[in-house]
Amino acid sequence: MNRQAFTKVRTAEQPGSRVPEDIRLSPRFKVPFRHVMLGLFVALVGLYLLLPTIFIIPMSLNASPSLGTMTDGWTFRWYQQLFSDPVWGSTALVSLQVGILATAIATVAGTLLSLALSRVLPQFRVALQGMSLAPMVVPPVILGIGLYILFLKLDLYGSMFGFVLGHAVLALPFVVVSVTASLAEFDPAQEKAALVLGAQPRQAFVRVVLPQIVPGIVSGALFGFVTSWDEVIVSTFLTAPGLRTLPVEMWTQSRTTLTPVLASLSTLLMVVSTGALLLVNMLQGRKSRKKGKRS
Amino acid sequence: MSVIGTAPTSALTARGGPRPGAVARYSKSSSNTLVLLLPALLLLLICFVGPLALMVTRSLSEGIGTYHQVLTSDAIAKVFGNTIRIATLTTLLCVLLGYPYAYAIKRAGSKTRVVLTALVLMPFWVSVLTRTFAWVGLLQDTGVINSFLLSHGWISDPIALIRTPWGVLIGMVHVLLPYMVISLMNAMSSIDSSLLQAAESLGASARQRLIRVFLPLSVSGIVAGCVLVFVMSLGFYITPAMLGSPSDMMVAELLVQETQRVGTVRASAIGILLLLGIALSYLFVRALQKLPSVMRGGTA
Repeated sequence: MNRQAFTKVRTAEQPGSRVPEDIRLSPRFKVPFRHVMLGLFVALVGLYLLLPTIFIIPMSLNASPSLGTMTDGWTFRWYQQLFSDPVWGSTALVSLQVGILATAIATVAGTLLSLALSRVLPQFRVALQGMSLAPMVVPPVILGIGLYILFLKLDLYGSMFGFVLGHAVLALPFVVVSVTASLAEFDPAQEKAALVLGAQPRQAFVRVVLPQIVPGIVSGALFGFVTSWDEVIVSTFLTAPGLRTLPVEMWTQSRTTLTPVLASLSTLLMVVSTGALLLVNMLQGRKSRKKGKRS
Repeated sequence: MSVIGTAPTSALTARGGPRPGAVARYSKSSSNTLVLLLPALLLLLICFVGPLALMVTRSLSEGIGTYHQVLTSDAIAKVFGNTIRIATLTTLLCVLLGYPYAYAIKRAGSKTRVVLTALVLMPFWVSVLTRTFAWVGLLQDTGVINSFLLSHGWISDPIALIRTPWGVLIGMVHVLLPYMVISLMNAMSSIDSSLLQAAESLGASARQRLIRVFLPLSVSGIVAGCVLVFVMSLGFYITPAMLGSPSDMMVAELLVQETQRVGTVRASAIGILLLLGIALSYLFVRALQKLPSVMRGGTA
């Protein structure tokens, strides 16, 4: 937060009172003390939000085996150790498979549910929506214990299918939120118009409704995948020795010793997810620019 | 949850119930609607309702005595008390840090606003594990913060940050602050800035404008954010397990240990009690929100 921003706000708020340039710079129009204090406070909170993300990178590059000591010179040794240990590759592969399958199930089920929500009676709608969002509210530990009991009974404990089901139910709310939001922006009159003009219901859906809610579906799926990819707590209850996801392996190792190898893996994952985020932003930017040209 | 959940709901209801013309076309295809609902309902039934129902039956499998045992155990009561204490402090800190932050986002120029919003959203893209590892490196006795302070001679012995309730609070507030700020931003964005101008032109001081105009209008965001943060912090596992001391254990860690070492019967009972506590705090807040309108005769 800088002083200029606040002067701008103040002057922008009072378009009627045209302050001549020289008067605005005179001491009487100095930035109020409380704005300086607020700016300082906000800068500190911003620093706090940023701190761990910044420091994980040097932590992964310092030679000291104790995380957070920065005096022992710099090295890529932890990254070499990371790549020479096959456990990271194999667990990342499990995470990827679970993530893709769970996201696929959640995206299909969530999108269909969102489409159905606009067609059911309002009292059912609230109940259905509440239930589909509930997995976000219930603490993952509780869901984890429940799934553990269930999967032991169904003989799904420690199986890929169990992981996929568990992660799918965690990803579902994100898809529902995202798709319902994009459906709410969609004007149903367009679908009606297509039907009136002789389109089959299927055609009207595929060629009129679907293209407009695709962004919602994609962002819901993305959020769902990230949820699955980062999930630790439910997964610890579903993990058998032979089948582990990447976060579970990281968590288990960190419980014995927190090595800089884990910091280097964290940095790597952070770089990948930031890259993915930038890519999505770029794609969205390109699309909206295209739209802008057309209209 | 409330922040994320209300937006689409309100947007849907704002359209005024079912789509115009929808009734005629869709009533004959109500079986189609059921088909659309089926996959999600099956998934929720098997992987959400099923597990919770199983937990209830499992917790009662050795009789109601399990609940009696849980409720009278001093050790478990201590963990519950500690959880509520940490959750309350986390919520309080999130409001204290988040309110000025959200206020600044509301009042700042557009460039500053983008930077501040990006800063608050960025943690969502870094996993909780990564951030907790980083906090360990920052807070350890030999970590970044202590060695910085030591090397400048500001302290002579490392401050105990990790394995203390302070460490847990630093880590948990960091994870939950974005939820609070987003919830506050939602409420503040609907406040009309001209009201503040009106108050100023009518002679209200800066403090009066904040406390008597802005604050009352943003109460809904404070309540929503507090409920969200409080409920989420009740179930926190990774951060307290990593940054806290074993004597300051929270419910989630107790549940994991209980399941791994003892079994699922008592763990189920503790879990169900935690869930009941969460449901009760929701209902309590909703009742509290309805109170003013009831007192005014239910017109508002």
